[in-house]
Amino acid sequence: MNIHEYQGKEIMRDFGVSVPNGHVAYTVDEAVEAAKKLGSDVTVVKAQIHAGGRGKAGGVKIAKNLDEVRTYADEILGKTLVTHQTGPEGKEVKRLLIEEGCDIKSEYYVGLVLDRATSRVTMMASEEGGTEIEEVAEKTPEKIFKEVIDPVTGLTPFQARRLAFNINIPKESLGKAVKFMLGLYEVFVQKDCSVAEINPLVTTGDGGVLALDSKLNFDDNALFRQKDIAELRDLEEEDPKEVEASKYDLSYIALDGNIGCMVNGAGLAMATMDTIKHYSGDPANFLDVGGGATTEKVTEAFKIILSDENVKGIFVNIFGGIMKCDVIAEGVVEATKQIGLTLPLVVRLEGTNVDAGKKILDESGLNITSADSMAEGAQKIVELVK
Amino acid sequence: MSVYIDKNTKVIVQGITGSTALFHTKQMVEYGTQIVGGVTPGKGGTEVEGIPVFDTVSEAVEKTGENASVIYVPAPFAADAIMEATDAEMDLAICITEHIPVFDMVKVKRYMEGKRTRLVGPNCPGVITPDECKIGIMPGYIHKKGHVGVVSRSGTLTYEAVHQLSEAGIGQSTAVGIGGDPVNGTDFIDVLKDFNDDPDTEAVIMIGEIGGTAEEEAAEWVKANMNKPVVGFIGGRTAPPGKRMGHAGAIISGGKGTADEKIRIMNECGIQVAETPSVMGETLIQVLKDENLFEKCKTH
Repeated sequence: MNIHEYQGKEIMRDFGVSVPNGHVAYTVDEAVEAAKKLGSDVTVVKAQIHAGGRGKAGGVKIAKNLDEVRTYADEILGKTLVTHQTGPEGKEVKRLLIEEGCDIKSEYYVGLVLDRATSRVTMMASEEGGTEIEEVAEKTPEKIFKEVIDPVTGLTPFQARRLAFNINIPKESLGKAVKFMLGLYEVFVQKDCSVAEINPLVTTGDGGVLALDSKLNFDDNALFRQKDIAELRDLEEEDPKEVEASKYDLSYIALDGNIGCMVNGAGLAMATMDTIKHYSGDPANFLDVGGGATTEKVTEAFKIILSDENVKGIFVNIFGGIMKCDVIAEGVVEATKQIGLTLPLVVRLEGTNVDAGKKILDESGLNITSADSMAEGAQKIVELVK
Repeated sequence: MSVYIDKNTKVIVQGITGSTALFHTKQMVEYGTQIVGGVTPGKGGTEVEGIPVFDTVSEAVEKTGENASVIYVPAPFAADAIMEATDAEMDLAICITEHIPVFDMVKVKRYMEGKRTRLVGPNCPGVITPDECKIGIMPGYIHKKGHVGVVSRSGTLTYEAVHQLSEAGIGQSTAVGIGGDPVNGTDFIDVLKDFNDDPDTEAVIMIGEIGGTAEEEAAEWVKANMNKPVVGFIGGRTAPPGKRMGHAGAIISGGKGTADEKIRIMNECGIQVAETPSVMGETLIQVLKDENLFEKCKTH
């Protein structure tokens, strides 16, 4: 799960990780009010959307007085920002972060991720702040330093010091940089982050160390114990169909094609998309109904698939293990009746309780094309939506 | 022969009184798996389906002499259940549970370092040695006893591969689902090593998906060490970058972990990769024929 920059900074502040003073604003007046409260010489007006590259897209402005704050806030609020992470349709700005400006001396990068190779959390740091870390990794990998963290001890001060020395943090800021890194690790583990990226981390003229930007992502699987984080979810930043799907614990991702897919298991769902493509079709979505699907869940899955108006046909591909074919079949029948489905529907069932499942479909009297394999099903649906 | 489990494996079910666990316990018993006990804290001394339930894993070990555990405990408590099985010095713990917080698994992996227990999963379908022992949630009937090892990150795709093999008369030695999470117990290389050493396994099918670099590392290992043919498949060729495709591990980030890159490296390392999931079986059979192993592997 993603949150906004200002929310990330609030969490960091709670953990004693230094960030500039700032306030969120939903209107131009609130923005000016926030700037007054800050009372700084320079104020930064920052668009809050769940995507990077805001600065280049004109979503970050430096204001030298309150009039400029008003002008920039008015300009950015309601504007649709198109960045390399938003896709061509862009994202509308509905919130601003009004932040005090600071006297930047140097910019750095600090990030925490899970390293799959070691099964440990790893802190990465670089002198190349302000640049995308992927770009640094590609062009100058020797400028990225890593510390693998033992979960028993957490990030140790010597590791943080080593990173700080390696990225040439000036001596007068060293202690603060170490404190920053240790604090950031605490945020990461205590709040169940999946990614924590500070780019840039800056040192200031008076020796301070601050997070100028913050990107915190959270482990969806841990939200049950991070209720305060779960409340920060901004549904307006997400695809409405994906939001609807998540209510029913369905894993759904919208794509551009016209063949709706309903599959159990993420691997099979991906493979189903691949197979449809192979037969020159175009999947409209990724949808994993999961292991414990009920009739209700299947019905909702159908509704979500059909709410995409590009969908011209549906392919249900089930290989039951934990999922029982009869449950899927009942769901398919129930959903088809409830919705009054008129689009072509191809169903392929295999696995646990397959005979019971096939029987339910056969006896339903509905217009369902059955398939004996994934390839056959994919070919049939591609043919039917032509 | 087989890897990890056979007809002598004695199994307990952690979280046995849950509805999913009960359903699959019945299925495992029907398949012939020796389920000797169950564990649900607070329900010790009772019985389900004629199987004794214990409060703790160590008590279950003491009373039943089991050496493997299958875990269906809900995600918030699953990491603890894995550590309890490890503490009881089980040979094998297979964790079916999905959605375990990743940092819980980081701690579990650290806890298990230097201990004897092998963890398979989490978020996996389990392990099956056809006609001998089925531990997990896979549909038993699609498997046939034979000489092809199957290892996979995806549950349902494993079934797909096994089904294709069985339909074509090619039985399996053991099928191992290693799970789709970014932090898991047993990885591709562990299983490939064991298949390489298993006299009854003649060839291996390895099923991966986008995200991470486990397939690439496994391919390099195969090139350097494996003396049996390996064929592969990678799911998610058409997945868009930056989107997490269901499995926590299946995400293309920063241009890394794409299907094309994995397939390229696997090919370079001598692993034939099936073009579509529908031809995983066919691809393997072609390789078996090329290697003169087809007759040996044709079991029914």
